[in-house]
Amino acid sequence: MTINIDQANQKVIDAFMDARPMVTGVAPARDVIPGMHDNLLLHAGPPATWENMSGPVRGAMIGALLFEGRAKSAEEAEEMLSSGKFEFAPCHHYDSTGPMAGVMSPSMLVYIVENTTTGYKAFSGLNEGRGKVLRMGAYSEEVINRMQWLNDVLGPAVDAALKEMGGLDIRTLLAKALHMGDDGHNRLDAASLLYTNLLAPYITKTAKDADTASEIIKFLGENALSVLNPVMAGCKTMTQAGHNVEGSTIVTVMARNGTDIGIRVSGLGDQWFTAPAPVVDALYFPGFTEKDASRDIGDSTITETAGIGGFAMASAPALVTFIGGTPRDAINTTLDMYEITFGEHKHFSIPFLDFRGTPTGVDIRKVVEKNMPPRVNTGVAHKDPGVGQVGAGVVSVPMSVFEDALVAFAEKYGI
Amino acid sequence: MAVIKAEIRSGSYFDSAVLMQLQRSLGQLEGIQDAGVVMGTEENKEILAHIDLLSPEVQASKPDDMVVVVRAENEEAANNALGSVDELLSRKKSNVDQEYRPKSLEGAAEMLPDASWVLISVAGRFAARVAHQALDLGKHVFLFSDNVSVEEEISLKNKAAEKGLLVMGPDCGTAMISGIGLGFANKIRKGPIGVVAAAGTGLQQVTTRIHQLGSGITHGIGTGGRDLKEPIGAATFLMALDVLARDPETKVITLVSKPPAPKVAEKVIRQARKINKPVVINFIARKPTTRQDGNLYFATGMDDAAALSVQLAENTPDVTSGPELPLDKFAEGQRYFRGLFSGGTLAYEAQFLLEEFVPRVWANAPIKKENQLKDSLSSEEHTIVDLGEDEFTVGRLHPMMDNEMRIRRLMEEARDPEVAVIMLDVVIGYGSHPDPASELAPAIKNAKTLAEKAGRYLEVVVVATGTDEDPQVLDTQVEQLRDAGAWVSSSNEEVVKYAGSILQALNQEAEKEYVFTPIDLSTLKKDLEAINVGLESFAENLVDQETPVIHVEWKPPAGGNDKLMSILDRMKKFS
Repeated sequence: MTINIDQANQKVIDAFMDARPMVTGVAPARDVIPGMHDNLLLHAGPPATWENMSGPVRGAMIGALLFEGRAKSAEEAEEMLSSGKFEFAPCHHYDSTGPMAGVMSPSMLVYIVENTTTGYKAFSGLNEGRGKVLRMGAYSEEVINRMQWLNDVLGPAVDAALKEMGGLDIRTLLAKALHMGDDGHNRLDAASLLYTNLLAPYITKTAKDADTASEIIKFLGENALSVLNPVMAGCKTMTQAGHNVEGSTIVTVMARNGTDIGIRVSGLGDQWFTAPAPVVDALYFPGFTEKDASRDIGDSTITETAGIGGFAMASAPALVTFIGGTPRDAINTTLDMYEITFGEHKHFSIPFLDFRGTPTGVDIRKVVEKNMPPRVNTGVAHKDPGVGQVGAGVVSVPMSVFEDALVAFAEKYGI
Repeated sequence: MAVIKAEIRSGSYFDSAVLMQLQRSLGQLEGIQDAGVVMGTEENKEILAHIDLLSPEVQASKPDDMVVVVRAENEEAANNALGSVDELLSRKKSNVDQEYRPKSLEGAAEMLPDASWVLISVAGRFAARVAHQALDLGKHVFLFSDNVSVEEEISLKNKAAEKGLLVMGPDCGTAMISGIGLGFANKIRKGPIGVVAAAGTGLQQVTTRIHQLGSGITHGIGTGGRDLKEPIGAATFLMALDVLARDPETKVITLVSKPPAPKVAEKVIRQARKINKPVVINFIARKPTTRQDGNLYFATGMDDAAALSVQLAENTPDVTSGPELPLDKFAEGQRYFRGLFSGGTLAYEAQFLLEEFVPRVWANAPIKKENQLKDSLSSEEHTIVDLGEDEFTVGRLHPMMDNEMRIRRLMEEARDPEVAVIMLDVVIGYGSHPDPASELAPAIKNAKTLAEKAGRYLEVVVVATGTDEDPQVLDTQVEQLRDAGAWVSSSNEEVVKYAGSILQALNQEAEKEYVFTPIDLSTLKKDLEAINVGLESFAENLVDQETPVIHVEWKPPAGGNDKLMSILDRMKKFS
């Protein structure tokens, strides 16, 4: 069979863009994620073992067992985790995506996001806000208590609200947020407010009392990352729609776990191409330095994979302060990403660039040809379990994963 | 003993990331051990205390205050750091207007879609690849890079010929298009002279001399040093010549080159001859045999070429094409010349003149020994026979008096299917045949009829030497000959050149013609916009000439990895 790469790639990005992710509800992971079981723990990035697992992922795993009530102490949790009793798997193997450590355990509530064009469902947990949080590897009592509150109070009310409103359209929300100064990944201030605004009228009806409604709405409204998880699951439904297309060189997954970074390519099936996760070029919170930083981590690069996030940075000039730079740098970052993407998004556009569509569909041919890896903005977790976020910055995906994928592509298709 | 110094700025709000950036910059200053830049919240003050950055004034700061605190090796370093806060905060903004630099040719082409030119000066190993991309995007190429192989040059120039684009180079140092200099170029006035040159300094020398002499140029097109060598065969030169021939603003065309391969030079000259404009030729070290030949002017050096060009531009002679050639009438295979002369000097001059049109002329009395006809009675290829030579006049009247032998030879040549043109001389005057045309005209008619019956066309050309006052009367002779279908002139040179033009055309069609899509003249004439890949100074030069240019921040493809490059190249066949 002769492949036509350009045609295959067009098919892929059309599928990305035609996906219509709707947030339909919130439910325990074990009830909705196919294959989830009591001893399965999901994490961000490509596959990892307890031995090579990064600090933040280990910390979040410990936190998850504490949260699940499976362990009474961190020490006990660590012992259990290293015993071989638990199965660890990438979120991406279970239609899921998790920010930072990305740890998901069976009892945690997860968002259900459905691509109404294909019926495919993806999942992601509830966002805990900033500071000391499980996704950054923290597992103190305060962290576990917040997780508990999310599961007991916020989650059920949001689930009821989403069902009451008949689902929430993530693509439309993102398209609006890009015109309000968000990039859809690291800056979700506008998107989170839109999200809160859409949910609030229903939460007032579904929460058990006015105080609870107030508490939930306040939490959602104050957390500039409230919508991050449903956005990531939404992006997962988009890129999954274009996955497994014969002859396509488009990247459908980019993910890191603090140890490794990995990509998947549409025309190369479920094979991961991995490299050691890079160190983030970051600005640190006072008291922290590069020595404290974990390597690059999280599934949130699914947003860049879908054509937003760092790729749409030109629509989020305020974000450059995050990485040290000028608004011009933000525009140039987006312009750079046009060099390595196959197309331009028909639903996501950038006002400053005359409403040009965002760069969509990382093409491994272009990445290798131009020796230009995708650029990602990201938070930085502490390298040790239990600490949390220490800074934020910018990172480039290592070239070798794209080069390896290109060679594999040539082998598979006899090029 | 470390010094802790702080500055509190009330009511100034900065995003936390700006503060982090400032903190990092301060921390890098000499003599600074640690720095903290935060808003004065309780939480932040705790952190500062923890890392030994707390002073009483920091302790007193409020949440709306910006706190800048440093721990330095000494007082001076601390003061310097705090004194540089404003500069560090403002430095961040200085690059706002910096232009975006695309990373690839295609990215640049999107930014400047009207750019018709791509300047390439990357390492030779990658140059052809970039040039192919430029051609694929429909752009003319100025290829400064050297170390491009002959095979790559051929492949590029084939593509360019197909697409009607110029590939100036490789190793092309300079060009001037519509008054804009590319590469190493001088500021030359616009004017009526179009220049094509193999490479750099020749073009610069000739065009600067033209400028100094008060004239100017339309375009100065470089071709690369190898263009006039055999394997390339003047691919760019001929396309450049063609586009200048069609450019109404170009009144004179000047060609400059180091010594070209002889065959290639002839190809260029043949092409130049077809142009209805004066063409000044200076192929260095190739001694001109004549000063002027039709529209061609042969210069003795670059200075002479410039002066001659300016002179011709000021006072352009009419070189619109000579007599129309009956090329369509000839049958396939007709391509040779036979000259049957009665006059020795006329025959001799004809040999000399004809050599400019055809590669070799055989003769029974040749100028060059190697062109000696083996058998004077039997012609070969292009042949000139002087029938007044002793070998023919033994026991016989001179052909000026007796036409019989010439008529017999005429009929013989007319029967040769490879013969296209036969030339005769008719010399009248005292002592000559009393009315040569009365015998020759019917013979010419017969010869032409014979050819016609065989499905061919025979052109018979005659030089008639004599005056009105001669007993035979020139006009009467000419009239008879013309009535018989001959092409007649009283100038030997004119007749030979007319015949030569026919032969050249016939033989050129026999040899493989260089076919190319003509360059769209408007792409040269419109305001130049360019994309630059390689040496940044070439982009700067264009900016200085107020020419829109996009400089590509180019990197070797696939980081210069041959294996990956070759995969990428093969992948192109699958897309």
